[in-house]
Amino acid sequence: MCTVCGCSEGETTIEGQDHSHDHEHPHEHAHPHSHEDHEHHHHDDKTHDYGQGPAHAHVPGLSQSRMVQIEQDILGKNNAYANANRSYFAEHGILALNLVSSPGSGKTTLLTKSLTDLQDELLLSVIEGDQQTANDADRIRETGVKALQINTGKGCHLDAHMVGHAMEPLSPEDKSVLFIENVGNLVCPAAFDLGEAHKVAILSVTEGEDKPLKYPDMFFAADLMILNKIDLLPYLDFDIEKCMTYARRVNPSIKIIQVSATTGEGMDTWYQWVKATHQLAMIGYQPKLEEVSKAKAA
Amino acid sequence: MHEMSLCEGVLTVLEDSAKQQGFKKVKTVWLEIGVLSGVEHEAMLFSYDVVVKGSIADGSKLEIIELPAQAWCMQCMNEVEITGRGEPCPSCESYQLQVSSGDELRIKELEVE
Repeated sequence: MCTVCGCSEGETTIEGQDHSHDHEHPHEHAHPHSHEDHEHHHHDDKTHDYGQGPAHAHVPGLSQSRMVQIEQDILGKNNAYANANRSYFAEHGILALNLVSSPGSGKTTLLTKSLTDLQDELLLSVIEGDQQTANDADRIRETGVKALQINTGKGCHLDAHMVGHAMEPLSPEDKSVLFIENVGNLVCPAAFDLGEAHKVAILSVTEGEDKPLKYPDMFFAADLMILNKIDLLPYLDFDIEKCMTYARRVNPSIKIIQVSATTGEGMDTWYQWVKATHQLAMIGYQPKLEEVSKAKAA
Repeated sequence: MHEMSLCEGVLTVLEDSAKQQGFKKVKTVWLEIGVLSGVEHEAMLFSYDVVVKGSIADGSKLEIIELPAQAWCMQCMNEVEITGRGEPCPSCESYQLQVSSGDELRIKELEVE
């Protein structure tokens, strides 16, 4: 399902892939339709049975309607793609982190700084989600880390299908950390599992301290909240204690780190979290046999 | 929020079950939507009509069944009903709640022919 908000499936583009679903194929098959070929179901007059009616009453002949119990999750398809991504990540020992925030929280700056500081210790790659432009992927690539841009077009969030498609061109290394920078939006990305290990919500202190209460779904879905731009606190009327209380009110188990991506303050704590989480994700990871034998041969 | 893409998800499920169960037309769809799912009912109804136009569900009715949210209150040691995330326990006002249901987004039943 290319779940694109505001319709038109063909809006999503993945860099380097011509992945526009063009649904306007001209249909030029000319099948001659001879009606002898069709099988007609002839009902015998005594057994016209149209099944159960809407009121669950079995009244043959009265209505052609019937009830179908399906009990299916609306997000079932996205969740199936997300689970496929999750097993791919587990198989390859990849830690996937889904970074979510409003536009302008300093997400890309935080990310470029983190990549610069972490790339000597960890294998890294990035998926960038934006409505338009490849500007952010370009910014990421300047750090030397490989990145792939997904443009969602009219869409307001990344979905698991798009992330799955990004795996082949991006090909993140085994035992690496994959940062997925979601579209700037505190609402929709909360509902769409991408198969990530954790959602990380970034909130800057130039925003309102009550954002966790205003957008509770996102802060509930996140395991970590990063409070960014704390170097600006002296100039602002932002009550950091209140903000943390609000976040914990929505999600009692959320972890909170205060940082400034510009001055570097607090960034070490965030790096420790990434490294520790990466180690945890590595538990139970076993390189595939052929890779082990390849390594031995080399 | 993203009701349009949710409706597209609904339509995909309808089309898949039409193939599996061999029906040609959908007349009514019953959705179960939890109060914590973040779905606007009005927006859902509006998007639905637009999304199903020209499909097997064209002109069908969307019925939304709202499901309440339950949480376990650590203070009361009891199951309580809440109406939103970040809200206190209705009986003791504690915020130590473990939300257990209310984020459902499910197609329950269809009337088809």
